[in-house]
Amino acid sequence: MKVKMKIAAIAAVAACSMAAGTAQAGKTFDSVKSKGFVQCGVSTGLPGFSVADDKGQWKGIDVDVCRAVAAAMFGDASKVKFSPLNAKERFTALQSGEIDVLSRNTTWTYSRDTSLGLNFAGVTYYDGQGFMVSKKLKINTAKKLSGAAICIQAGTTTELNVADYFRSNKMTYKAITYDTSDETVKAFEAGRCDVLTSDASQLYALRIKLSAPDNAIVLPEIISKEPLGPVVRQGDDEWFNVVRWALFAQINAEEAGLTSGNVDGMKTNKDPNIRRILGLEGVKGEMIGLKDDWAYQIIKQVGNYGEMFDRNVGKGSALGIARGQNALWSAGGLQYAPPIR
Amino acid sequence: MAIAPGKNQTAKQPSKLNDPRFRALLFQIIASVTVAGFIYWLVNNTLHNMALRGISTGFAFLNNQAGFSILQSLVEYDETHTYGRTFVVGLLNTLLVSGLGIFFATIVGFTIGVARLSHNWLVNRLAMTYIEIFRNIPLLLQIFFWYFAVAINLPGPREAIQISDLAFLSNRGLFIPRPVFEEGFGITALAILFAVIFVIFLARWARRRREMTGQPFHTVYVSLGILFGLPAIAFIVTGTPLSWDIPEMGGFSFSGGLAVIPELFALTLALSVYTGAFIAETVRSGIQAVAHGQTEAARALGLRHSWTLRLIVIPQAMRVIIPPLTSQYLNLAKNSSLAAAIGYPDLVAVFAGTTLNQTGQAVEVISITMAVYLTLSLVISVFMNWYNARMALTER
Ligand SMILES: N[C@@H](CCC(=O)N[C@@H](CS)C(=O)NCC(=O)O)C(=O)O
Repeated sequence: MKVKMKIAAIAAVAACSMAAGTAQAGKTFDSVKSKGFVQCGVSTGLPGFSVADDKGQWKGIDVDVCRAVAAAMFGDASKVKFSPLNAKERFTALQSGEIDVLSRNTTWTYSRDTSLGLNFAGVTYYDGQGFMVSKKLKINTAKKLSGAAICIQAGTTTELNVADYFRSNKMTYKAITYDTSDETVKAFEAGRCDVLTSDASQLYALRIKLSAPDNAIVLPEIISKEPLGPVVRQGDDEWFNVVRWALFAQINAEEAGLTSGNVDGMKTNKDPNIRRILGLEGVKGEMIGLKDDWAYQIIKQVGNYGEMFDRNVGKGSALGIARGQNALWSAGGLQYAPPIR
Repeated sequence: MAIAPGKNQTAKQPSKLNDPRFRALLFQIIASVTVAGFIYWLVNNTLHNMALRGISTGFAFLNNQAGFSILQSLVEYDETHTYGRTFVVGLLNTLLVSGLGIFFATIVGFTIGVARLSHNWLVNRLAMTYIEIFRNIPLLLQIFFWYFAVAINLPGPREAIQISDLAFLSNRGLFIPRPVFEEGFGITALAILFAVIFVIFLARWARRRREMTGQPFHTVYVSLGILFGLPAIAFIVTGTPLSWDIPEMGGFSFSGGLAVIPELFALTLALSVYTGAFIAETVRSGIQAVAHGQTEAARALGLRHSWTLRLIVIPQAMRVIIPPLTSQYLNLAKNSSLAAAIGYPDLVAVFAGTTLNQTGQAVEVISITMAVYLTLSLVISVFMNWYNARMALTER
């Protein structure tokens, strides 16, 4: 069954690659425009990042990134359809054209950026890999994990980082690799493995999925850099620009103090930077192929970066993650967007 | 004048195109060339367009370092080995689980199949219940059941179920003592080999003698004696050069010994139980296909019941059983690719999964993987065809 799905995906890649011979750049932008919605690849369910509630509504920071793109494209953040993908399926889904943008806690790396025919449009969340263990084991540092069985999700940077970490610390481990995060969590709970490893933010997300979250602790060590962000196909620059600037608009909005609550009132503000962001003077929407109020629509409907963060993974959410590295550069963090001018 | 008859002859000879054999050949050549040309165009075009889109192509990645670890490997492997090596590791794991699955499914299938024909009502019904249950529940569900509900719900390593400090069963798998062959064990191994060869010749000789002179020979007892006796003598004489590596609890889990990981256990169990149910039906139908007159005739000749089965019924039933049995074996080998669902590191999970994902070379990886399954299936069919031919009715 799995093989068949794979083959279908590959066939799709092959077929599309053939069709692409004649197509022009800007293909995705036009096709999204004409079909009237954004097809967005998300995870199969990771609280805070992308998870469907009981009504089938998708929520999370990765979901909001796609909603922002839809708000910019159509002036309507609800014009998004979601495709849940596990780690192994995600790149093929994007390459084959099954989705328009991949927004699924995906780490920006050299090889992914250069050899998959894909481009990373920005960083929505600066993350790093961590370990979660059962409290019973009374372990408080990753340095004591030699010999442990570790549950990992297949097809991730996680698989590679953990190998590096144990090798450079001269420790051994047993990797048990599953396709989906549900299986990984189930196996961890059943005790098949001593450790669950993943990006730290996702550990917090997976932890609240456990039946007894208090029995597990996250170790302090962060063993890698995981800049997570949206991905699009390479050579599709018009579309790339929209996705990249949708995110930049949110970060710029936070910096300028624009929120979904005050954005309407701010229309009368005299600050030229705010007026430019809202499309009231200076730069024009047509430069990116959109209406002048594209950024206004994002801020109004999705909010600025800080709002999006707090609502989904930050203090306003079940995860309660501090801004940390994800604070604005002006607040000592790494989030920095080129100016809109 | 000299030319005229020649001309006449060619005129009389029909055009080659009217020769049906030639025409068939021609059409076949045209068809093959067209198909080959189409495939060539397809491959070329795909590669060209993938390059255009910035997707890496080619098989050079097989020499790059893999950088990830694999749970179970029959050959030496660690994260510094290449992607090419991950292929070998995955392939061997697939062969292991398929081989074990085929072995156990055959045992299960023949046992249940015969039980299904039992005159004992209880045995008969139990066999039927088994078949109906396991044949009708989707395999993936059964794999999940054996893995998530059974194998990893066993007690943890510290509370492991143990058999006199030698074998331990826990959610980390089954740990049993591993034989360690010391110097000098080679002689025992040779003795085993020698005993096997000797027994084969002995059996042949005994059969020929029986066919010629009618004198029976206690092949079974003598063979068993040789098979066990000879190696035992060699073993004792060389000073029992064998020790056992006994698993020990330490740190997070057991170390040492031979480990059967829960993923392998659950997958083998699910595959054998599921395919066993199908094989049982094949066996039942095969035996029932042998006309009752055959049994009656054998009885009339005075053959014992067991002889009737062995010499008359089973050889004929096998001819009916083998073709569908082959397809069950093929199914099992292909179904083993569901391994990825429970983290068993087979070819699909390791190579078509992680390796594909880390390299992004989907077309290459999937082509290789498909080629492997095709080859595996062909090997099984060829072997079974050969076996079938051997079992087929030899007309004298
Ligand atoms: N950031 C890493 C890891 C991403 C990843 O897949 N993490 C898992 C955590 S267990 C996940 O999100 N799973 C959710 C799913 O498969 O739907 C990468 O890009 O390779």
